[in-house]
Amino acid sequence: MSFLCEPIGLSHYLTVGAFLFVTGVVCMATKRNALGILMGIELVLNGAIVNFVGFASPYFRDENLGLDGHMIALFVIVMAAAEAAVALAIALNFYNNHATIDVDRADELKG
Amino acid sequence: MTPLFAATTEAAINWHTLMFYVVSLCACSFAVIVAMTNNIVRMAFALIVSLAATSGLLFLAGAYFVGAMQLMIYVGGTVVLLIFGVMLTAQKAFITMRTNAGDWLVGLLVGGTLLAVLVQLVFLIPEWQSADYQSTSDAQLIAFANELKSQQDRGEEITAEQRRRLELLAAKASEGMPQRTGEIGLALIGVRADKIESNEKGLAGYLLPFEIISVHLLVVLVGAAYLARAKRHHQRGDQA
Repeated sequence: MSFLCEPIGLSHYLTVGAFLFVTGVVCMATKRNALGILMGIELVLNGAIVNFVGFASPYFRDENLGLDGHMIALFVIVMAAAEAAVALAIALNFYNNHATIDVDRADELKG
Repeated sequence: MTPLFAATTEAAINWHTLMFYVVSLCACSFAVIVAMTNNIVRMAFALIVSLAATSGLLFLAGAYFVGAMQLMIYVGGTVVLLIFGVMLTAQKAFITMRTNAGDWLVGLLVGGTLLAVLVQLVFLIPEWQSADYQSTSDAQLIAFANELKSQQDRGEEITAEQRRRLELLAAKASEGMPQRTGEIGLALIGVRADKIESNEKGLAGYLLPFEIISVHLLVVLVGAAYLARAKRHHQRGDQA
């Protein structure tokens, strides 16, 4: 268990951020439920927040992003809330009009 | 960065590291559940746990205000919105929707490649791997203090190397954790309390992004209310 005695570095945080990002991308690519795709987007934005806060942390580097990283993370959180509100409204509208939430059925614009 | 102390043979558990592994394992495993399960209700639950664990990661990185906002806005607001969406659309046919095996294959292939590339990139840069502050464990500090004490008892002077360590430790201790909440509030109205002595005279704040994002939120909420309003489809059919 020697890895528990070692201090963690910035790369640990970036690895977690990359992992959350990739699970979000896989979630977006494979889900058929429109709300599932929304959850994938939330995971991707979370990966971005983890990266920003990792770069801003004074624990890992002396020349860190500092306050800027925290501010951008806050803006990302607000952005995610706005994005979820609009996307949910679109999904509900789609559900009202087509009586389904399956995105594979939304093919009216297909050429 | 050179570590403050050479590694000792006596290994003590670094609690920061342990908590990081627990919380990040929680966040990552529940993120995998979100991506893998077909049941939309279970996905919503796993997303809540994953986001809450991510806020724990933010606390561990010293971003207390951002972590609290993650809990309040993300877990308490955005995900509740998503769960309302799930409840409004959760009919029998849509709770569990299976994905084709081909889609899974392509998705996992692309995701695995992306993850491999990103993780390799992350570990490519040596500056990102070590942290001199955290590398000073409690056991090492105690050993250093005992060393100084025994030297003092013998009446010996401290060496230059020990003096350097003491100065570094004092600098780190006086630095401490900045109280970020007030600085964040000032930065939102355009004053950078942490950059008063820089070239921008502390005026490189976030007033414009703050105004833009508040108008953006207003527009988004009006748009969402407009998009999601109840329509009467049967009446439209009667009129046609």
